[in-house]
Parts: sequence; structure tokens; C-alpha cells
Amino acid sequence: MNQLIDILHSLHPDVDFVTETGLVENGILNSLDIVTIITEVSVCMDVQIPAEEILPENFDSAAALWALVERLDEA
Amino acid sequence: MKKHIILTRVLCILLSLVLVTALLWAAGRVLEPKYVTVSPEGSLTAEYYADAAEVSHDVVFIGDCEVYEAFIPAVLWTDFGISSCVRGSAQQLVWQSYAMLEDTLRYETPKVVVFNVLSLKYGTPQNEAFNRMTLDGMEWSSVKADAVRASMTEGETFLTYLLPALRFHSRLAELSDEDFRYAFAAKPTVSDGGYLMQTGVVPADPAVDNEALKPLLTDPSLPASAMEWLDRMTALCEERGITLILVKSPTNTWKYWWYDEWDAQVADYAAAHSLAYFNLIPDADKIGLDMSTDTYDGGIHLNVSGAEKLTRYFGHILTTTCDLPDRRTDDAYAPVWDRRANVYEQRKTERKSS
Amino acid sequence: MSFAAIREAVTHFSSLTFLLFAAVVVLVCRLLPKRARWVWLLAASLAFYAAGDWWYLPFLAASVLSTWGLALLIGKQAARDEAALTAARSTLSKDERKALKASQKKKRARLLWVGLVFNFGLLCVLKYTDFVLEGVSGIASLWGAGPIRPLDLILPLGISYYTFRSTAYLIDVFRGKTEAQPNPARYALFISFFPAVVQGPICRYNETAAQLLEPRDADWTDFSAGLLRLLWGYFKKLVVADTAMTAVRAIVSDPERLNGAYAAVLIVVYSAVIYGDFTGGMDISLGLSRMMGITLTENFNRPFSSVSTEEYWNRWHITMGSYFTDYVFYPMSISKPMQRLTVWGRARLGNGIGMRLPVYLATIITWFLTGLWHGASWNFIVWGLLNGAVILISRECKPLYARFHKRFPGAKENRFYQAFCRVRTFLLMGAIRSLDCYRDVGVTFRAFGSIFTRPGTYAELFNGQALEALGLPVASWIMLLAAVVVLWLVGRAGDRKKPAGWQVAEPLSDKPLRWALVCGALLLVILLAGQYGIGFDASDFIYNRF
Repeated sequence: MNQLIDILHSLHPDVDFVTETGLVENGILNSLDIVTIITEVSVCMDVQIPAEEILPENFDSAAALWALVERLDEA
Repeated sequence: MKKHIILTRVLCILLSLVLVTALLWAAGRVLEPKYVTVSPEGSLTAEYYADAAEVSHDVVFIGDCEVYEAFIPAVLWTDFGISSCVRGSAQQLVWQSYAMLEDTLRYETPKVVVFNVLSLKYGTPQNEAFNRMTLDGMEWSSVKADAVRASMTEGETFLTYLLPALRFHSRLAELSDEDFRYAFAAKPTVSDGGYLMQTGVVPADPAVDNEALKPLLTDPSLPASAMEWLDRMTALCEERGITLILVKSPTNTWKYWWYDEWDAQVADYAAAHSLAYFNLIPDADKIGLDMSTDTYDGGIHLNVSGAEKLTRYFGHILTTTCDLPDRRTDDAYAPVWDRRANVYEQRKTERKSS
Repeated sequence: MSFAAIREAVTHFSSLTFLLFAAVVVLVCRLLPKRARWVWLLAASLAFYAAGDWWYLPFLAASVLSTWGLALLIGKQAARDEAALTAARSTLSKDERKALKASQKKKRARLLWVGLVFNFGLLCVLKYTDFVLEGVSGIASLWGAGPIRPLDLILPLGISYYTFRSTAYLIDVFRGKTEAQPNPARYALFISFFPAVVQGPICRYNETAAQLLEPRDADWTDFSAGLLRLLWGYFKKLVVADTAMTAVRAIVSDPERLNGAYAAVLIVVYSAVIYGDFTGGMDISLGLSRMMGITLTENFNRPFSSVSTEEYWNRWHITMGSYFTDYVFYPMSISKPMQRLTVWGRARLGNGIGMRLPVYLATIITWFLTGLWHGASWNFIVWGLLNGAVILISRECKPLYARFHKRFPGAKENRFYQAFCRVRTFLLMGAIRSLDCYRDVGVTFRAFGSIFTRPGTYAELFNGQALEALGLPVASWIMLLAAVVVLWLVGRAGDRKKPAGWQVAEPLSDKPLRWALVCGALLLVILLAGQYGIGFDASDFIYNRF
């Protein structure tokens, strides 16, 4: 989880990712950010997030994103 | 679902449809071309009704431009005491002529119907604009409905005859004073009993050899569908005790050439049905036509001078072949016709001076 | 599908025959029992489609059958794979499970690729062969080769749209987002549903299919709101688009003379044409479907209210945009090669560029494909690339904007600033869109340049010369302007976050009299001011007397 927060923080240092739950809805993350996050997660955590998981509900908060990563890692 | 809600909705829809239809009808009155200063030919069909309401006709001329530019009811009156009218329109096709006959019979039964045969050359609908000019002015009856159905060219719909706004809506951006002035008010009469006066002179070019220029005739016989309509006209006249006379107006130019083959076919037809047929082309000299003064378009149509000569000539034929009453002493006719003859003379003077 | 093709497609809706056909389909659909409705709709859709040309049918069938069959195979394989995975779960380590899963997915992906290659192959061959031949011929002529004749292959109605619908379905089944449809006839209805077959919307299977297969009983709200929206669509198409098109045609047909001010006029007037045609066509599709109890996906959401290009593309042709985002842009930008490119770029070119590299590359490719999808010509390719470039440039300018807004904190809420942004976006999109009008890219650029280099032409707009040149009488311009004002007012109504369509149409259902009068007024305006029928040419009515 911390690793994930670090990735997010490096993109938007001014956002509090622990509490924010509308990352996509409020337009904080754009497609460039999402692609970067997916690439980072793949490189750093060895988890592939496939295109079909790019849904607002999976990227709206750090917690949701973490849940997604865990689910994908579970196989 | 409560019944009254459904009823309310249905009533609202009906109300809206009635309103739209009424407004479309009214818009149609404005949008329809008025045929007063431009294309007065389009007014001819409608002018019959006021004419027939005033006086009945013993002779009715039916056909295309070769009747409404050729036979003058006012002259037939002053010279022969014949009460007559013309029911012709631009390129009036034979089924439209049949409709004119049927339509006339809804109001009166003439003694003689004269039909000009040139339009027998067309067996199929020709021109959308002329359809409108011929039919839009006709009063609604099953006769008009049949004529519309028989005349429609590709892409035309019956609905546009019921609501002319659907046909003429694109005039919306180019309406003129005339369109509003005559939308609901009566239009000035453009014809004299269906005769459309032309006073100009454009002489025929004597160097043009019309016979040599005429297109080659591919099919020597007139279209069967056209002849069928002539059959129906003949039958209808016979049924109503009307003498049908076939006539070919004396003008003959290459573009509207009357071929010998057609002439023979019509002559045979007339003989077979005991009808009189007068091909007036060879009579041009006897009529006294001079194509350097008697035509307004280089010989295709007669102007008023030519038409007067022709009318007098044909008046003699009518009085000698048919038993027609001289109405000049008849009080039911004389006042009306004397007034009309005056109007005609006045129009002629005005046109010639302008 | 090019804009010209959109115009033609909407024309399919503008005939008395179509209206009668639609009325019968709607009525019978309502009278049939729910479970039988889809058969009727399928029959109607195939009849509508075949009415264009019988030869369209085999191509549609090829697309339907191939995606239906492959989706079914993928679905069955997925079920088997799932079972195998569950059975082996306890015996395998996590890494082994991952490996097994990956190999299973690879097998299913092979089926997917067969479907994609076949369907896009068909689309490409039919749509782009002549374009490629023209290019080859051009190059070959440099060596003196003779011209290659175009093949003029058949282009089935709406092929660009149904290919997208069917491939989206296939990918969704592969991704496990939707179940495969076992019945080919039912699936065929989803692909061929007649209100959407020629010009979209590009509906997704999981959003639309269930509604098509068992349409609910259309109630009064469905009927009344649907009818109103249908009429609204015809108003946009026949009164706005087709009237404005006269001026567009005049300008485009003589770009050598009608440039400068005219090219500027074209940008605005053609926006009215494409808006009226395309959103109007959608209103007709959605309204008609709604009358049968089917709610199709919205394709437009007040596009001209956008303050930026990015926003514009979230509001204009939404279903196409989301197709490209979901099935092209994201898969491409997060693919393995792109990830490797990121890693490589970061190491060599620094963090900023390395991070941007894959996204920018994917953006450009996506917009190239978007352009190509719109039509087989350089105009559309350049159109797509320019859109992509504008989006990327405005993204790079974000820090600048941020600084601006920090300096003027009230600007974002300022109405004048918002209006400025809207007008800027409108004009920018319009300028790029003028590529759709002119003969080729060179002519378009020259015309655009003349807007600034030929100031003398602007006087013509006010001295009556333009009126003559554009071929529309003053009264038509006034009517057009009035219609645009109505569009603008309606476009502002309701909750601005959602499309105006149903928000404006539905509330009227409760007020039957007002609803009926609004419908009547629309009908009257369409019938009187719309461009349809034979047209009036006064010279036709003058009897030819030489």
C-alpha cells in the first residue's frame, strides 16, 4: 500500500491520497496519469493491470487501487 | 390507467393535428405560386368556375396551348352568338383533358366539345411543374384525385396536391407582395373565358424549313395509352349526348410537328367513331394566317391577331356542322357576354398600347 | 465513416417511406408480446438494411457470424479454463497459477485476434483499397507508370459502425465483461438494429442487448418523449443542417474565389451543418428507439459548451471516443512494448519524457486511426492528427494555465472567461473540421490561411456580395439564425452535466396539451422551413414559349 501511495505521490505531490476518494471523478487523474500508474505498478510490483480494469471505480481512491492490485496479484 | 387521462392525451394530439393541418392549408394559400404576373397559364384552370357560375356554355374547347392561345370565346360571341369557354393549360395531357371534361360535366353539359389532338403524342406523365399548373386550380372531387394519380411524375406524392404547402414550402424565403395579396383574396382574371391573350409579334423565320427539321418519327402510331383516354372521352361525350369534334390547330413547327402518320391515325379514329376531325394545318391560307404578323413566338403559337382569324374561321365550321343556338337575343346570355366582349376589347387595346 | 457519409446516412431517415415503415415497426412492436418483439425488430432491421442493397447483407452476415461464433468459443474456453484453474488451485504455487492463467489467456487471445483481423481486414479492404491504390499509383507515376484504376468495391451501409459494435462485443467477451450470446439471430439484432445501424450510436452489448431482446412495454412517457425527440432531430437535420449546407456547398465549390472571409464563414456554418446532421440523426435514432421502449446510449452531450478540446471529445460522438479509449488507446499505452519503452525512455531521456513517451505515442496513433476511421482520405488523417496534436499541446500547456489561474483566481468562474474558452474551442474544432469540406489538404490549408491574408474579402459580408455568392436569400439566413438560437436555448436547458435530450423531452409528457402543441409547432416548422421535396425553381413554371 505504501509503495502505491509513493507512486501516486510522485505524480501529484499536492494531493492527499489517503483521504481522496474521487480521483477520477474529480478529474485529478487523467489518462496520462492512469497509464503511468499502470506502468509503475507493473515495473515496481510486478502486477499487470489489464485494460478492462481501467474503470473509474478502480482508480477513484488509493484504497480501491490497492484492492485491485491485490485481487490481480492473487490470481 | 384512468380513462380520462387517455382521452385527454388523444384529444390533445387531435387538436394539435387539426391545428397543424389548418395552418398548413393556410400557409399553402400563401406559398402557392399566384400565376398572375408570372406564368398566368397556371390560373386558367381555376378561372373556369367563376365563368361557369355566370353563364352556361354550348361549346367547350379542351386541350393544351393550342386551344388557350387559339380560340377566343369573346369573338365567337360577337360574330356568331356562341356561348363558349376554353379549358386548356400548359401542356395539358390527354388524361388531364379528360378530367377537364369530367369536371365540366359536374357543372354543365355543353352541346359541343372541341378537343385539340396534339397532346395525343404523350402517353406518360411529362412535367411536374405543368402538372401543378394544370391541376392545382381544379376544385376537389374524385375527378381531380384521378387526374392527379394519372399525372404524377416520379417523386411526386398525392399529399402535396392536398396540401400544396408541402410542395411549395421552399418558396417561403422568396415570397412577394403578390403572394400575400392574393393568398385569400380573389385574383384578377388573366384570361378571357380561358383564352390567354398574347399581343406581341415575333414573326416566324421564313428561312426555317420546319418539315426538314422535324425529328425522325421512331414509332408511327400515337401512344396506346393516350388513345385509350381519347376512347374514354369519346364514350363520355356519347353517353352525355355531346358532339365531340377533334381539331388540330393550324400551327405546325418542327419541335411540335404533327406527323402525317398521326394525322391519318386520328382521321381513321374519327371515321370509325363518326366524329368530325378538322386538321387546320392545310387551311392556314384559307384562314388568312400570315406568320410574319400572326404569331408571338416565331410560329409556334398564334397571337391575338392570328387567334381572331382562326376563331372566325372555326366559328363558321361550328355553325355549319353543329346545330348551335345564336344567343345574342337571349337575355340570360347577352348582358354577360356583351360585358365580356367589352373586357376583351379593352384588354386588347391596353396590351397593344403598352 | 466520413461526415459526408453521415449526411447520406441521415438521409435514409428523411423520406415518407421511412416514416411509414418506422410507424408500422413501432406500432407492431408494442402490440406483440414481449418475447416475440425481438424477432419483429430483427426482421424490420434486416429489411431496412437490405433496402439499401441486397449485396450489403452477406457482409453484415460475415461480421455477425464471425464475431458471434468466436465469442461463443472464447466464452466456452473461458469456462473450461476457469474450471481447470479451480481444480488445480490447491496443487499449484502462486507463480504457477499466474503462469497457467497467462497461458490460458493467450489461447483465448488467439481466437480474439482471428476475429479482429477478419473483421478489420474486411473493413480495411472494402474501405481503404482505393485509397491505397491511389497512393501507390501516385508513387508509381514518379517512375512513369500509368495510373491504376480504382476498384470501386462495395461499401456496405454502416460497416464502420457495425464493425465497431461487433468487435467491441468480441473484446468484451474476451475480457469477461459480458456473456457470449448463444443465439446468432439474437446477436444479429444487436448488430443490425435499424435506428442505429447506419450512423450509431456505437452501443455496447452489455448496455443495450437486453433491452433489444426484450423491449419493455413503451408507456406514454416513452412514446411522447420519443416522438418529441424524433421531431427535434428532423428539425435539426432538415431546417438547420440542410439549409446551412447550401452556403457550405457554394463556398467549397469555388475556393479560389470564395476564400478569406468566406473560409471563416465556412467554419461557423459548417459547424451548424454537422451539428444539425449528426446530433439530429442521433435524436431521430434515440427518439425512435425510445418509442419502442429501448433507451440507446447517448452520443452527444452539449458538445459546443466545451471549454477545451479534451472536454469536447468527451461530449462529441461519445460512443466512438469511448471505443477508441477502451479498445485502442488504453490497451496500446499499457501494453508490454510500451512499458518497456517507458523504462528505456526514463533511463535515457529522463523521467518527464520517458513517462510521456508511451502515452503520447498512443495518443497520436489513436487519433491517426480515428481520422482513418472517419474516411479514406488524407483530409481525415490530417484531421485526426491535428486533433491529437491539439490535445497534446494543450496538455503540455497545463502548467501555463495553472500559473494563469493562480494569478487570476476568479477566472475559472468568470462567465466571460468561460464564454471565451467555449468560443475558442468551437472555432478551433471548426477550423480543423473544415478539412472535411474541401477537396484536399492543400486547398484547406490555403483557404484557412486566406482568413488572415485576405482582409479585403470581409467587406463582401456586408455589401450584399456574400449574400449572392452563398446562394441563400436573406429570409433563409434569418430563419437559420432563429433556428440556431432555439438550438442554443434548448442546449442550455436542464442539468448541464447530463445530455439535454430526455431532460428536455420527458417533463413535457406530464403536460399533454403543451407537449402536443410543441410537437405540432415543430412539425409545422419542419414542413414549412425544412429542405425536402422537389424544391421550387420558378423557371420550371414558365411555359416554354421561346
